[in-house]
Amino acid sequence: MFEDLIYVLDKYHGWLIQGLGLTLQLLVISVIFGSLLAIPLAIARTSKKVWVQAVPFSFIYVFRGTPLLAQLFMMYYGVGQLIANIDGIQDSWTWTYLRNPYWYCLLTFVLNTAAYVAEIMRGGINNVPSGEIEAARACGMTPFTTYRRIIFPRMWQIIWPAYTNDVIFTLKATSLASTVTMMELTGAARKIVARTALPYEAFISAGVIYLVIVYVLTFGFKGVEKYLRRNEVRQVNKKQPVKTGIQA
Amino acid sequence: MFDLYGRGDQMIDGGLVTIKLCLTVLPFMIVIGLLGASAKLSRHKVLRLIGESYTVIIRGIPELLVILLIYFGGTIAVQKIAELISGESARVDIPAFWSGVAALALVQGAFASEVFRAAMLAIPKGQIEAAIACGMTPTQIFYRIKLPQLWRFALPGLNNLFQVLIKDTALISVVGLEEVLRMAQIGAGTEKAPFTFYLTAMLMFLAFTTVSLIAFHYLEKRASRGITRA
Repeated sequence: MFEDLIYVLDKYHGWLIQGLGLTLQLLVISVIFGSLLAIPLAIARTSKKVWVQAVPFSFIYVFRGTPLLAQLFMMYYGVGQLIANIDGIQDSWTWTYLRNPYWYCLLTFVLNTAAYVAEIMRGGINNVPSGEIEAARACGMTPFTTYRRIIFPRMWQIIWPAYTNDVIFTLKATSLASTVTMMELTGAARKIVARTALPYEAFISAGVIYLVIVYVLTFGFKGVEKYLRRNEVRQVNKKQPVKTGIQA
Repeated sequence: MFDLYGRGDQMIDGGLVTIKLCLTVLPFMIVIGLLGASAKLSRHKVLRLIGESYTVIIRGIPELLVILLIYFGGTIAVQKIAELISGESARVDIPAFWSGVAALALVQGAFASEVFRAAMLAIPKGQIEAAIACGMTPTQIFYRIKLPQLWRFALPGLNNLFQVLIKDTALISVVGLEEVLRMAQIGAGTEKAPFTFYLTAMLMFLAFTTVSLIAFHYLEKRASRGITRA
């Protein structure tokens, strides 16, 4: 059993390392651009006007209500074919980019992450104590300044644990890129299985790498959470047990 | 736009498979979740360790990887066992449906045990103490005090999980189960109309998740009847 594992790791570790690189790349880009896109969505979603809410609401509803794999196929095969049908596009220089699954994966992951993060941010914005927003207004802050100095810092504090979960969710979502021939971590493992017919060794190696990434991410995000909460007054526990003379 | 080239029936068949898969996984998910939660809250250190490592490992690994591992790895394992029993080389195929059920129950069970753990902790301690004082056995306490209330505390979490479950069934198409997405893939490939077929699949999934949301809303209302809002 272990000979097989050593054989797989010895012969194919290059594929796994390359896959790890691509996985991290997809993760970082999706999270950064997804979160940036989520900000306007979340702000529009908290608007009191129905017609402003409608667009982000339907966007979030569709992306959270359908499987990511279906979205990915829709982008890569569906939209990809619509693009391919445009006259003359296959001869133009853009075609090398337009037929590359990488961009379709990224676009799908960015939109999907944006929908999930926007929903988390909406909750965060709604949970900023209204007294703080009123105070900001009383100080004469413009809506923009209120968002920049009061609402956003507070929102990040509130949503950070949920946001951490969502980043891990996105990491796991990147494994779907393997279904459209991308050679990220899962794709590399599948290729090894196809080559060696050793599913346990290959998939478990990939799984362990994912676990390490999750562990590192959780650790790093915990550190950021401490930083975000640095100004919070520590709650003094008022119900300190009264010390009595009798102790067990 | 919605010309499905006479493959509408196929899409409906796929939809039925998806629904069947979801409903088959549900009881397994709940049982594994309850066992996992009990293990995590157990007094025995070994059980706690098993419960914790199960959820930590499953929650850190992509669902797709678990599905692939069970589908390809499971076949080999069952084959080895069959060879041990019969003593001759055997050829075994695990149906995609059941390896899908196993993988999804394993994954969703881990998340469910978190939900149930939180729900168990939400039950007021005084009630358990009162039950003990009445002389109830742990089994009685579980069935009469914990379980009826667990349901109410766990429903919002289960609602979420069921949404995820519906969406995760699409992943089973990767190992060839003919559910909605696989049917859409077949249609898209043979009729050269990917946009139409994938749009249909997405709308079907949207319909499933919407129905599940409405159903859970009704269940939540029903579960908290007779409880006044604070």
